[in-house]
Amino acid sequence: MPKPATASDLVAPKEDLIRYHREMVYLRHFEEKSNFAYRQGKAGGYLHVYIGMEPLAVGWLNNIRKGYDYVITAYRDHGHALQLGSDPTATMAEIMGRSGGLSRGKGGSMHLYDIANQFYGGWGIVGGHTALAGGLALAAKYRKEDRVTLCYLGDGASNAGVFFETMNMCGLWDLPIIFIIENNLYAMGTALERHAADPELYKRGFPFKHDYERVDGHDMVTVLKDSKRIIDRCRETSKPCVVEAMTWRTVGHGAADNDRQLYRTKAEEDEMAKRDCLYLYEKYLEDNGVLTRAQMDQIDAEELEKAEKVYDDASESPHPEIEEVYSNVYTDMEPEKGH
Amino acid sequence: MSSTTMTYREAIRLALMEEMDRDENVFIMGEDIGKYKGTFRVTDGLFEKYCQNTSDWLHEPPHPEIQDGVGRRVIDTPITEPGIVGMATGAAMTGLRPVVEMMTMSFAILALDQIINHAAKIHYMTDGQISVPLVIRGPGGAANQLSAQHSHSIEGWFAHVPGLKVVAPATPDCAKGMLKAAIRDDNPVIFTENPGLYAMKGEVTDDVDYTIPFGKARIARVGSDISLICYSRMVHVCLAAADKLAEEGINAEVVDVRSLLPLDTETIYNSVAKTHRAVVVYEDWKSGGFGAEIAARIGQDCFDDLDAPVGRVGGLNVPTPYSRVLELQCIPNEHDVIAEVKKIG
Repeated sequence: MPKPATASDLVAPKEDLIRYHREMVYLRHFEEKSNFAYRQGKAGGYLHVYIGMEPLAVGWLNNIRKGYDYVITAYRDHGHALQLGSDPTATMAEIMGRSGGLSRGKGGSMHLYDIANQFYGGWGIVGGHTALAGGLALAAKYRKEDRVTLCYLGDGASNAGVFFETMNMCGLWDLPIIFIIENNLYAMGTALERHAADPELYKRGFPFKHDYERVDGHDMVTVLKDSKRIIDRCRETSKPCVVEAMTWRTVGHGAADNDRQLYRTKAEEDEMAKRDCLYLYEKYLEDNGVLTRAQMDQIDAEELEKAEKVYDDASESPHPEIEEVYSNVYTDMEPEKGH
Repeated sequence: MSSTTMTYREAIRLALMEEMDRDENVFIMGEDIGKYKGTFRVTDGLFEKYCQNTSDWLHEPPHPEIQDGVGRRVIDTPITEPGIVGMATGAAMTGLRPVVEMMTMSFAILALDQIINHAAKIHYMTDGQISVPLVIRGPGGAANQLSAQHSHSIEGWFAHVPGLKVVAPATPDCAKGMLKAAIRDDNPVIFTENPGLYAMKGEVTDDVDYTIPFGKARIARVGSDISLICYSRMVHVCLAAADKLAEEGINAEVVDVRSLLPLDTETIYNSVAKTHRAVVVYEDWKSGGFGAEIAARIGQDCFDDLDAPVGRVGGLNVPTPYSRVLELQCIPNEHDVIAEVKKIG
């Protein structure tokens, strides 16, 4: 029988811990509905869900100044949009390519943006967005603001040339940016050891005078502590940082990845399932008397219902009007029309 | 309106300074543009003017390990074009107005992913949530024995891409007015100069708010017998050809397109309707260059006006060689233009 926790033992106030749990559960249900949308033919193209990696969005983004700090990521971006406050129905509608979507159907799953929340996307070229992220941090420094830029990238992107160029300039100019390498051990279907000469990716920061460290991405409690410490330090010192967060995607690379055994074993998946982030966090909440199993079951049911309503509402959103194809190519003119 | 005589290079520099004075969001970044004054000396004096105070520096106080320092408004960068363009694009996404110098437009090839796959797509993919007020400027085209890797005319590649605007001014006045328009534009603009134009002098309008809107071609020479349609340095080649043709009694009109995207087809078509003949002249490789697009449009849309097939003069379809003799063979000159005019009859 564990000793009952006191408030000071907990990593965050009890009501916050409960909210984080709700957010993680909701994100998981939302992503399952996203995959369902793909299977139903309501979402096309490429679709990448965040199942297994939830603490990296929920934990880290609860420690930034939401709506002030800049956030940018690659194409596995649903969780970041939701966590920053994007309307879930508009997010799901974008995944379905509908007119009610965040970008009225012009972006899709990989290209979610919500500038009201300072969410800068949502990018499909592996590593390409890291340079944009450096530019966001440059802008903050240019304007003498204390905004921090959080740039998520995958372990595959950590090999991209433009990432190294950007790290060099961020280190050279002391830009307030945190590169979070979401190391889920596979660049699509290529294992870490098969794509990186040095698989300790946090070392990428060393030659460019960044702070650098490897952190855990499974255990929400650890994630909350590390993210607060690193974000606060970055804001304080205006020094860039490379963080390698060890994580695991429970599912395939994308919705079209239907044979994970091509690159990883069932035994490996079974082993990693024991460290599922939601399982670990729920155990923490239960052990510390924050929530009972019955309460968590109740939350799970409520969040599932919300996700289902979002799915249904988004499905009702109409497809874009044909004339929309020409809008917003430019700010001030239309492109030439016709085939 | 009064005007001042200055070189094309000075006109660009003046446009940069006027816009930097007008709007603190405007800054310039690129390789060796600050302390070194720019490879073609376009940015001479800007580092001294804008990076005097420590508050003008990215490092505060200036980083002791960086002896040359890095200014906030005139940013000397490492030699990393994708990173430079990407970071400028990111800064532009927040509303800053970076002007990036490409040491030569040939180096923009390294940054094509950032230009085409990022900057050009952002406004559309976000459905208008984000704008990218970015200018990428630099010399495009052959200079003097820079050989195969430094002599590209790639403005046509960019003019192929929806989401970009592409301009190529031929005179100091156009350079100033169009660069100021580019900096004030909320879309990514490719601003192509030409090494052969930098020393060229001309009258430049004295007005800090003088801008030339994109999508308006300029009649550089009025004529009645044939339309020579061109941009950038080829305007001067066509003017020289027109002078020689005049000696033979052929009165050529020279249309300086100057804005490739958006393209002012109306002015081009009006000229062809008047002269009934057209030769399109461009320095880029002839096959698939932007002049081919112009020629195709004239052929299709002005078919009833034409008394002869549309002529084309482009660069030779070879990598630009080092030998001056061979290099000159590659670049269209007035003799090539005159020959084409006579060929189409």
